[in-house]
Amino acid sequence: MSKTIKHHLTDDLLMAYAAGSLPEAFDLMVATHLSLCDDCRARAESFDAVGGHVLEQQGQPVSMSDESLAATMALIAQGAPTPKPARPGCAVLPAPLQDYVGGSVADIRWRSIGMGVKQAILPTGKDATARLLFIPAGAAVPDHGHNGVELTMVLQGAFSDEVDRFARGDVEIADEDLEHTPVADIGEDCICLAVTDAPLKFSKLVPRLFQPFLRI
Amino acid sequence: MFTEMNTATIDEPPTETVVSRSWRAKKHIKGKPVNGTKESCDTRAEWVDHVKRIRDTQDQAAFAELFQHFAPRIKAFLIRSGSDPAMAEECAQEVMATLWHKARLFDPTRATVATWVFTIARNKRIDVLRKQRRPEPEELGWGPEAEPEQDDVIVLQQETAQLRTALSALPDAQRQLIEKAYFGDLSHREIASQTGLPLGTIKSRIRLALDRLRHAMN
Ligand SMILES: [Zn+2]
Repeated sequence: MSKTIKHHLTDDLLMAYAAGSLPEAFDLMVATHLSLCDDCRARAESFDAVGGHVLEQQGQPVSMSDESLAATMALIAQGAPTPKPARPGCAVLPAPLQDYVGGSVADIRWRSIGMGVKQAILPTGKDATARLLFIPAGAAVPDHGHNGVELTMVLQGAFSDEVDRFARGDVEIADEDLEHTPVADIGEDCICLAVTDAPLKFSKLVPRLFQPFLRI
Repeated sequence: MFTEMNTATIDEPPTETVVSRSWRAKKHIKGKPVNGTKESCDTRAEWVDHVKRIRDTQDQAAFAELFQHFAPRIKAFLIRSGSDPAMAEECAQEVMATLWHKARLFDPTRATVATWVFTIARNKRIDVLRKQRRPEPEELGWGPEAEPEQDDVIVLQQETAQLRTALSALPDAQRQLIEKAYFGDLSHREIASQTGLPLGTIKSRIRLALDRLRHAMN
């Protein structure tokens, strides 16, 4: 548990997470942040309570078939679904991310996108994209804008940009209006989770990020 | 709104007294669930006791009562969320089976049974209707050694009752929008205008419960 998180998730993200209407990549971002942040977890669970109210106070419950209880008992008798294999803890990746990486930080399959920066796209639904980013200590990700909403959360190290400094657990929320140049702290390589709902064209990602360098 | 028993409890000021009783201890609120009526609200602490009985003694009678109350609501919820009735029936059964298997993970200092059932039903909807995985935060459990205080359980039920009263008092248009959001009919961007809900008190209560849980885990 990090006690020093300064940049949190917004209420609209937490309510949409509770309502179950976010794209999978955003669910992954929220679940990862909640694993590190009890303040946001408490807010998210209070939005769950609103869902409990909606479920409870529905005007017209729909009757179940006559044999439904017996059928459910038969289902229960088949036993609990096999639990997920317990993973050894990882100091960098909270549990929900470990599920997507299939292990710990050593199991991330990085691909270089130039200038020492690496990324790993995570297997989520197509309506939004989640990827892990590796920025070498002291390196800058050149000036870039965003299509749609992009959330970036620090997992290791820290970065600073025109807005503030972001360390483990901090989430930067960027929209079309933000042009920024994140620079990783010098002390440690920076690993982030980034999600965006913009249609990500992989072939264009590198040129967009690195245009200023490629033009030299 | 509430049964007499519940009203009496709700009117008491929230207590901060910490005494060493677990939620295994004798229940404070008596009364029977009233199925299918408006009075049968989820603030009744005996739903908590039902889940405890399933957890501790695989009590089928307790499960049958929970089933009778919640399964028709889960089914209605899934139909409102776009499922056809046959699939909603099947999913409601699976949700109730999950409740049985996961009874150990239910934390009554952070959620009422209705809230917990909602989260299981919502995840089932994401799985079946949207065919999508649902990442959940790292699981936190009291484990076999520690159990939450009964007073914390009671207070959470009270806070939830107050939240429900406040939500019921919202203007119709806003209530309908909130319902739409939770039935999955509003996008994230559309939800943004609906977040100003009276959640301060229950949020603080859950935050406190998380602190105690973390403390017990260490
Ligand atoms: Zn937070």
